[in-house]
Amino acid sequence: MNWQFFVEVLVSGLLAGIMYSLVALGFVLIYKASGVFNFAQGAMVFFAALTFVSLVERGMNFWIAVVVTLAVMVVVGIAIERLVLRPLVNQPQITLFMATIGLTFVLEGLAQLLWGSQPHGLELGIPDVPIQWLADNANINISQFDVFAGLIAGALVAGLAVFFQTTRIGRALRAVADDHQAALAVGIPLRQIWAIVWAVAGFVALVAGLMWGARNGVQFALTFIALKALPVLILGGFESVAGAIVGGLIIGASEKLAEVYLGPYVGGGIESWFPYVLALAFLLIRPEGLFGERRIERV
Amino acid sequence: MFRRSRPANAHGFPMPAAPAAKTDVASYLSVNNIEVIYDHVILVLKGVSLQVEEGSIVALLGANGAGKTTTLKAISNLLRAERGDVTKGTIEFMGQRVDQRTPNELVRMGVCQVMEGRHCFQHLTVEENLLTGAFTRSISRADLKADLELVYTYFPRLKERRGSQSGYTSGGEQQMTAIGRALMARPKMILLDEPSMGLAPQLVEEIFEIVRDLNTKERVSFLLAEQNTMVALRFADYGYILENGRVVMDGAAQDLAQNEDVKEFYLGLSTAGRKSFRDVKHYRRRKRWLA
Repeated sequence: MNWQFFVEVLVSGLLAGIMYSLVALGFVLIYKASGVFNFAQGAMVFFAALTFVSLVERGMNFWIAVVVTLAVMVVVGIAIERLVLRPLVNQPQITLFMATIGLTFVLEGLAQLLWGSQPHGLELGIPDVPIQWLADNANINISQFDVFAGLIAGALVAGLAVFFQTTRIGRALRAVADDHQAALAVGIPLRQIWAIVWAVAGFVALVAGLMWGARNGVQFALTFIALKALPVLILGGFESVAGAIVGGLIIGASEKLAEVYLGPYVGGGIESWFPYVLALAFLLIRPEGLFGERRIERV
Repeated sequence: MFRRSRPANAHGFPMPAAPAAKTDVASYLSVNNIEVIYDHVILVLKGVSLQVEEGSIVALLGANGAGKTTTLKAISNLLRAERGDVTKGTIEFMGQRVDQRTPNELVRMGVCQVMEGRHCFQHLTVEENLLTGAFTRSISRADLKADLELVYTYFPRLKERRGSQSGYTSGGEQQMTAIGRALMARPKMILLDEPSMGLAPQLVEEIFEIVRDLNTKERVSFLLAEQNTMVALRFADYGYILENGRVVMDGAAQDLAQNEDVKEFYLGLSTAGRKSFRDVKHYRRRKRWLA
C-alpha cells in the first residue's frame, strides 16, 4: 500500500469531515438549548449562502456582504424563535420537529423567491489546489481550500467552546438545556436565551454556507447537506459541540477510506451510504453518541 | 362556569373581616384572594390569601394536592410555563403588584423560588449551578467570588463537592445546591417548596437549621411549603393550612402546633390516645373543616 496515497485519503477525509461538523454544529446549538431538533438547519445554510452570493453578485464588497448576511441570519434566527417556536412552547417534541420541517420549505422557498433559483458559483479567494510545498517535498496532494476550511471550523469551534464553558450567557445556555423550569426559577429569561441561540445558529449556518457554497457551488442541493449532518450527530452526540467535531472527523475519514479501500470489492459508490451504516452501528452500541450527555440516573 | 364552585363571598358579598384586618399592616408579601386555573379548566386555588412579614418564616401546610406548590408558583410566576394562570386576586411584594411580572423580573426584585424536587442543573457542576443563580445580577468577578464563599460558609459540604456534576451528588447536597443557587441571586424572600422531600430526618433538621440561620443572619424571609408539619411548625413563625385550594386555618406556629385539630389531622396525635382505624375513619368523615 502506498502510504502517501493513504495519508492523502485520510487527510482529505478529515477535512471533508470538518465541513460536515460545521453543519452539525448548528443542530447541536439549538438542540442543546431548546431540545428542538432543527430540521431547517440545512435550509438556513442554503439561505445564508444564497443571500451572500446574490449580494456579492450585485456588486457588494465581500466583507460588507458578510456583515449584511450575518445581520440577515440573526434576524431570521430571532424571527423563527418569535414566530414559530414561541407560540409552540410547551408542545410535544414531535410538534416542534414538524414545525421545523415546515420551516425548511418556507426558508427554501423564500430564498429562491428573493434571489432566484439558478445555481451560483462562490469564490472566497482560496483556490482549491494542492499545497505546493507538500506536493514537492512529500508527494502528498492536499487541497489548500480544505485546510483553510478546517482552520475556520476549528476557530469557530474553539470560540463556541469557550463561549459555552466560561461566559455567563454560555452557562445560562447549558442551564436552560438541562432544566427549563429551574432556569426560569433562577431568573434566566428563556426567550432571550433562545433568541441568542437561534442567532448563533444563524451565524454558524452562514459560515457553513460560505464553505460549502465555495466548494460545491451555491445551489438547491446545499439543503441536503443537513442529511449528512445526521450520522455526525448520532456519532458525536446531539448535545456536544466537541462531539459534532469528532463525529464529523470520524464520518469524513471513514467514508473516504471506505470508498477507496472497501469500495472496489462491492462495486464502489459506498461513500454516500457508509456514514449511515456507521451511525446505525453506533446507535446499537452507544445510543447517546461519543460525547452526548449520559442520562444521569441515581440509584 | 367554574365560579359556581366558589364560596359565597365570590358573588359580591363583602369579604370576611379577618384578611382585611391583616392587610392594614403593610405586608412584605401579600397574596389577596387569588384564584388559579390550569389549562383554562382546572380550578386549583379557590381564593387563597396570605401575608408574609419582613424577616419572618411562614409555613404553608397541607396534604398532597392542597395547592401549596401552586400558591408558590403563582407568586414566583412559574405558573405560566405550566399553562396556569392567576385569574382573580392580586399579589403584592413590597407594595408593588407582581402578578403580571415575569420570573426574571421577580428574581431581580428579590423573590426567588426553590422548586420541589431540587431541580439542579444535572450536567453542570455544583459551583456552576451556584453561579447560574447570579444570572440576573451584573456584578464583578470578585463580588461573584465573595458571594460564592458566603454560600460555602452556610453549606461547607458544597465546597467539598464544588467540582462534581450535580446530578451525581446526594439528595441532601442537591437540596443545598438548590438553596445556595437561590441565595446567589441575593434574594429578599425565598419561596421554598418541600425542602424535606426524600431526605433523611437528620438532613431535614440540618436544612431547616440553615434556613433559620439564613433568616436571622442574612435577613431572608421564607415562605415554605411543607408536608412535614411537625418540623415546619417548629421552625416557622406563622403557618397557613391549605385544604382543597383554600386556606382553612392560620395562626402563629406555636398555636397551630397546639391546636387539637392540627394535631390530629396532620401530626397524627390525639388526646384520646390510639384509636382503632375504623373509629378514625368514621370520626374524620364527620369532622371536616370543609363540609
